[in-house]
Amino acid sequence: MSPTTLPSAVVTPEQIETGNSLWYDAWSRLRKNRLAVGGGATLLVLALLCAFGPFFAQSYQDQNLDLGAAGPSAAHWLGTDTLGRDLFSRILFGGRISIMVGLVATFVALAIGVTYGAVAGFFGGKIDAVMMRIVDIMYALPFTIFVILLMVFFGRNIFLLFFAIGAVEWLTMARIVRGQIISIKKMEYIEAARALGLGNRRIIFRHMIPNILGPIIVYTTLTIPAVMLLEAFLSFLGLGVQPPMSSWGVLIKDGAEKMEEFWWLLVFPGGVFSLTLFSLNFLGDGLRDALDVRSSKD
Amino acid sequence: MLRFTFRRLLQIIPVLWIIITATFFMIRFVPGGPFTAEKAVTPEILRNLEAHYGLNKPLHQQYFDYMGSLMRGDLGPSFKYPNRTVNEIIGDKLPTSLELGFISLAVALTIGITLGTLAAVKRNSWLDYVCSSTAMIGICVPTFVLGPLLVLTFAIRFQWLNASGWYGPSDRILPCLTLGCVYAAYIARLTRGGMLEVLNQDYIRTARAKGASEARVVFKHALRGGLLPVVSFLGPGIAGILTGSFVIETIFQIPGLGREFVNSAFNRDYTLVLGTVILYASLIVILNLVVDVVQIWLNPKLKFE
Repeated sequence: MSPTTLPSAVVTPEQIETGNSLWYDAWSRLRKNRLAVGGGATLLVLALLCAFGPFFAQSYQDQNLDLGAAGPSAAHWLGTDTLGRDLFSRILFGGRISIMVGLVATFVALAIGVTYGAVAGFFGGKIDAVMMRIVDIMYALPFTIFVILLMVFFGRNIFLLFFAIGAVEWLTMARIVRGQIISIKKMEYIEAARALGLGNRRIIFRHMIPNILGPIIVYTTLTIPAVMLLEAFLSFLGLGVQPPMSSWGVLIKDGAEKMEEFWWLLVFPGGVFSLTLFSLNFLGDGLRDALDVRSSKD
Repeated sequence: MLRFTFRRLLQIIPVLWIIITATFFMIRFVPGGPFTAEKAVTPEILRNLEAHYGLNKPLHQQYFDYMGSLMRGDLGPSFKYPNRTVNEIIGDKLPTSLELGFISLAVALTIGITLGTLAAVKRNSWLDYVCSSTAMIGICVPTFVLGPLLVLTFAIRFQWLNASGWYGPSDRILPCLTLGCVYAAYIARLTRGGMLEVLNQDYIRTARAKGASEARVVFKHALRGGLLPVVSFLGPGIAGILTGSFVIETIFQIPGLGREFVNSAFNRDYTLVLGTVILYASLIVILNLVVDVVQIWLNPKLKFE
């Protein structure tokens, strides 16, 4: 008998059925959403400009007192402020602080909210009831007032600012995470992890949280604008970032004081700030649709 | 319903107690007192001042004294405005802030519900896109950018309105529009979402089948259910309008309580800060309760949760 040639066991790449992962699906959905892509691209450009722009632009400290406040020109694209400092550079430098506050404070909120929500959802029962009751009560508190008090009394320290804002914005995150944890708590793979004898902490952080990353990412994207808004609000009242540092809130405050003569000092920082919030919101909404997260907002 | 209201009312007491106590002690542990900012006073005068306001007593004694007078509705004397009590100052400034807040809320509800309903009824038409993107702009342009921009346009450029002050009715336009716009935007989004959900339900089809006019279907049948998300947003919304007025009152130089609160915090006017915080906290907590009760009244399904 002549040896029959068996079909080769080697499979060519084309023959493999490639399953699309959740993330791949989400990415292809997101790519079709023009507003979200536009928002993401705008953010990327803004972030790169703020991160590296100052190395090339004129220093924000360079003063040209002869020039004073001058309108937009070829040398100074967005004009100069009353001390003759280039407004474009100031916006880039301010952006560094604003973006940093946005990211760090959001991270604080994220860490508190995810841990709190996960613990409440995981243990359930009385612990859950008490923990969520506390969140309900805290929702009703006028936190902005407390942040204002904190900033006034304990010096306007930027680290305190991170912490204060983060400590305010974690509540919704905790609620969302708790709901998600409850919904996956009874799944087989969690049962399996338990059967393997894993500890609670390991189950929560290694097995549960990675599975609810979708909603967490979406809500994080939507928390950043809220945080940046709060920072700018405080800076506008003179309670946030202090000179010589500046943030977009500080620039807007300066601009609003001098807008009667020098409109560009208000319009450009305000415009850049609004553009950032726009982009973040569009990106967040796009991610929410792409990852198909039921929103609590609308 | 009554039991629910009662239980929530009972909850308010510990919440307010925590707020008052926390604020009281937070203020006292802060470096710098109410009399250190001014030009240096002699130690003797300082002692007399402190004795006059009871600041030389032990801290817990001060706390009990304060809680005692608070029970009688007395918020104490102001440290910065001699001869004026906190009650007087609040009585003086609060009406202005309330007026600003209520007009702004009315503006927000009117604009928001109108835009949101239009967008939902004419779903996916150009009208929907215009309404929805207007709402997005409203959310992304913060009050402290919008306010100065409106002043720049209508007060400085066209000179139709005053840039600041709070005298005639026309002085209400810019501040209330600024404060109301952001919330109008949120309300528009929520109304649109709520209406879209309701418009697909069976009872709306029934109403249409009965031959009710489109206007009747929308206003009589759909709006009540469609506005539920708006009602639940009113709690945080009102809190936001109250605190948002700090910025508005600063921009438009309105003599309201918000500006007074920020100033009193800078001046370390202990009693005035405490009094304002207590007032704002009670307002917010009570309004939240009202919102919760109204919500259950509108949507009996929630009662069982």
